[in-house]
Amino acid sequence: MGKGEYIIRRLALAILVLVGVSIITFGISRLVPSDPASLHAGIRASREAKEAARIKLGLDRPLYEQYFRYIGDVLRGDFGISVRTHRPIIDDLRIFLPATLELVAVSMIITLMIGIPLGVLSGAWKDSPVDHFSRVFAVVNVSMPVFWLALLLQLLFVRQLDWLPLGARVSKEIAIITPIERITGFYLIDTALAGNWAAFRDVLRHLILPSLALASYGIGLTIRMTRATMVEVLQQKYITAAWAAGLTRREVFFRQALKNAIVPTLMVLSLNFVWQISGAMLVEIVFRWPGLGRYWVDAILMIDFPIVVSVALVVTIFYVLTNLFVDLLQAVIDPRVSLE
Amino acid sequence: MAMPREETPGAAPSAWGARFLESRLMWRAFRRDRLALVSLVIIFMFVAGAIFAPWLTPYPDQGMGKANLKEKLEPPSRIHPLGTDDLGRDVMARILLGSRPSLSIGFFVVTLAMLIGTPLGAIAGYFGGPIDQAIMRITDVFLSFPALLLAVAFSAALGPSFFNAMLSISLAWWPWYTRLARAQAVSLKEQTFIEASRAIGVPSFTIIRRHIIPNLVTPVLVQATMDIGSAILMGSALSFVGLGVQLPRPDWGNMLNVARLYFDDGPWFAFFPGFAILLVAMCFNLLGDGVRDVLDPQSRRTE
Repeated sequence: MGKGEYIIRRLALAILVLVGVSIITFGISRLVPSDPASLHAGIRASREAKEAARIKLGLDRPLYEQYFRYIGDVLRGDFGISVRTHRPIIDDLRIFLPATLELVAVSMIITLMIGIPLGVLSGAWKDSPVDHFSRVFAVVNVSMPVFWLALLLQLLFVRQLDWLPLGARVSKEIAIITPIERITGFYLIDTALAGNWAAFRDVLRHLILPSLALASYGIGLTIRMTRATMVEVLQQKYITAAWAAGLTRREVFFRQALKNAIVPTLMVLSLNFVWQISGAMLVEIVFRWPGLGRYWVDAILMIDFPIVVSVALVVTIFYVLTNLFVDLLQAVIDPRVSLE
Repeated sequence: MAMPREETPGAAPSAWGARFLESRLMWRAFRRDRLALVSLVIIFMFVAGAIFAPWLTPYPDQGMGKANLKEKLEPPSRIHPLGTDDLGRDVMARILLGSRPSLSIGFFVVTLAMLIGTPLGAIAGYFGGPIDQAIMRITDVFLSFPALLLAVAFSAALGPSFFNAMLSISLAWWPWYTRLARAQAVSLKEQTFIEASRAIGVPSFTIIRRHIIPNLVTPVLVQATMDIGSAILMGSALSFVGLGVQLPRPDWGNMLNVARLYFDDGPWFAFFPGFAILLVAMCFNLLGDGVRDVLDPQSRRTE
């Protein structure tokens, strides 16, 4: 199978998957035992008001028609309105998504900074104390309930040491004295653009603990994968050649070997990035982080189904596209790749 | 391994003698993996604790939710070894009784996922063609959701309860087994003994049931052992969010959800349930690695 054909088939598969995803999310919204119309109109609404809401929401139409209407709305960027606040969901997403993305991005940087070096050292010095340490560390990290880790971090760094803030994205004082002008929604970028360094420092301090907690699973994963691929790569002939050429350890391990060992790790991590957008809810609850995850969980507990479904759909579309991007990138880099 | 003669041709080796010998060899190999062995012992202790929970604590009624307002948030002591919670209930009792749903969700999810996923994968791999296409594209769709997201969404739609949480996680999990089983079935069906059965006219479903599935059980079971820890983690995450076991019945996840609100006054209340989750998940992960090394040496991690 040629490369062009692979790419076309992969794109077709992605479209098929997106259709399937939309059917499932639509199905979930219809699975709900409660009646969306009466939720929309309110508990005490009259029968007429409920009937009006039913027609307004299109619930009187046949199911397939409702589905196509839903798809049409989504394609136009209309995710409907919250049954509680009656706010357009897309407006909420614009506020909450950047907060979560910022959190996940910082946690990803932490993941790479801790995971890759430990994985390389562990693979390079197999069965050394460093190796034993990082393997145990990796197992602990992949088995860690992140919400508990979040609580422990709070206990240590906030209650005991009082080094860092307890939660939220920014302190109240900072928000009043030097308010953050919202440009991108990423506070680190917004404050840096505005040259508002007091707020920048404050935002960074708020980011440390939640992103550290969120990073734990990725760190374990990165150590394991980097170690395994390092061990494999180090047995190859070009590494022997590098040793023979008299390169230093540092050059062999961190340049020659890592260059090849890091590819599979980065592929997995890019999927992990999107995975963490949903994983972030567990951390956001503990740190009162005003992000997508908390917004979602609140909607779930309030049975606000348009929100529940829209968030699931948006995150999954992200996931599918990332998956597609990773596969295509791999096809471009690696000539051996083909479908299956 | 000796093949006993009275076997039907091509069937999976299932004579008891051979099995016994095989399992003894495996046990010997497994025993060398210290971490896996210790993990197995700890898991046994937790399972025993879950089974005998009501008899292991002097406060089984508090464990099930009865409030004891006279002793709110007391630190660990001789009467309450792990302290008491916001309603004065013995944390040890809550953890013991909470271990029942917390542990069993791992087993249930993996079993259910295996029961749905494996036959589908075997059918897809054996038949190929349009059946394969149809099954695998459905699998692709399910796998294109982040697992936690799909489980939470299903469980939100079905309504919060232990049973629904279990069902939702399984729904997010089965496709992995379909993929695994399919890959195995595809390579199995080329083998001579399957071709022979086909040649003598054995019906397809009989071949799948008698020859394909028994031969792909090992890798599936290895995967299942490795997955229990993650399933337990996900179960606790769901009930932490409020979608699993409902209060006042305990579960490690929902205990943590309450405990985080009383963190200043009773850190022990949050510490122990979380530690239990970590310990159990870690033991299952280590056990899974050990079991894989013994049962499936080809996929052995590079040591």
